[in-house]
Amino acid sequence: MASPIEQFQVKPIIPIINFTNSSLFMIGAVGLIVGGLLYASRKRALIPGRSQSVAEILHDFVANTLTDTAGREGMKFFPFVFSLFMFVLTANLLGMVPGFFTVTSQIVVTFALALLVIGTVIIYGFVAHGLHFLHLFVPSGVPGWLLPFISVIEIISFLSRPISLSLRLFANMLAGHIALKVFGGFVVSLGTAGVGIALLSPLPLIMAVGLTALEFLVAALQAYVFTVLTCIYLNDALHPGH
Amino acid sequence: MAQAQAQTPQAGTEVPGDAHAADATFPPFATETFAGQLLWLTISFVVLYTLLSRVVLPRLTGIIENRRATIARDLDDAAAMKTRAEEAGAAYEKALAEARGRAQALAQETRGKLAAESDAKRKALEADLNKRLAEAEATIAAKKTDAMSHVRGIAAETAAAIVERLTGKTPAPQAVEAALD
Repeated sequence: MASPIEQFQVKPIIPIINFTNSSLFMIGAVGLIVGGLLYASRKRALIPGRSQSVAEILHDFVANTLTDTAGREGMKFFPFVFSLFMFVLTANLLGMVPGFFTVTSQIVVTFALALLVIGTVIIYGFVAHGLHFLHLFVPSGVPGWLLPFISVIEIISFLSRPISLSLRLFANMLAGHIALKVFGGFVVSLGTAGVGIALLSPLPLIMAVGLTALEFLVAALQAYVFTVLTCIYLNDALHPGH
Repeated sequence: MAQAQAQTPQAGTEVPGDAHAADATFPPFATETFAGQLLWLTISFVVLYTLLSRVVLPRLTGIIENRRATIARDLDDAAAMKTRAEEAGAAYEKALAEARGRAQALAQETRGKLAAESDAKRKALEADLNKRLAEAEATIAAKKTDAMSHVRGIAAETAAAIVERLTGKTPAPQAVEAALD
């Protein structure tokens, strides 16, 4: 039986171009998203069928999340936010297939995505508002003597955003998959440990079934959390110093 | 986790053994994989973003907007039709009221005309009857006067005849006349 962390091993497939199982599932996720959405919307029906409804629900869900947090102007980031949401969601859900690699359980991937979000916020913030963007760190209505402390706290909180954003997704996916593997391993270990102990092996199996359901929830929820936080950070770039 | 540690010795050598034998570092922190993963993440995400923003999302947005426009147009059409139907209903009510008014006026007129006609006929008849009555009365009066005018003559003749029978001689007309006065 394999170790619970063996599933996170990046294994080369085509070493010359650095193509690994991680790359395969990234490309696979992209292919699935684009292919799935194109297939679902192929009829361009006025009255949507089942697959087209799913595509439209995903579209409206992300659009509503974005406009609820960042307002109408937030829609200029819609393709970006939609790509992020679909990529994280698909990568998370692909990871739920037994034997598949979970791209989002790689800290380098989640950190790169978080840096992409924060980078977008910073660049757009300065391009759109110039130095006014720095008002983000100077909240209005704060007494003068408190301002330095508040500004320091605001800057620290801003800098910790990419870390918390990437760690949350990474840790959730990692821990969930380890827990699943560990409980799955218990079933085998208990089952082969002897007649008396083998009777206990259904207990971790029940646990593993429950955890699988929980992991599906976490996979969708973490994609949503990542998207909502992205929207909130983009709102800062759109409306700094509110 | 306490359970996990308790089970490890019974689970045999595989669990701890493999993990450390296969790779000393925890796989997600194996820095030598970072470059490759970043490269392919960049490629994947750029492809994803490009395809979604250029092809997929315009299509989805188009479908949804098209539906919204169609529904709005249909609702407008329905509202316009409703207005037209209400207008037609109002026109019908108006026409009905007019027709009813005209019918009443016509009935009133006819009734008035008939009443006037019968009134006139009745008056003509009454006038005719009255005239005849007056004529008849006049005739009676004339006859009566005529008759009364003969009474003196008859009286004179009768008186002369009586006198003649009684006396045997004819009295002088003057004497009879005088006696009658």
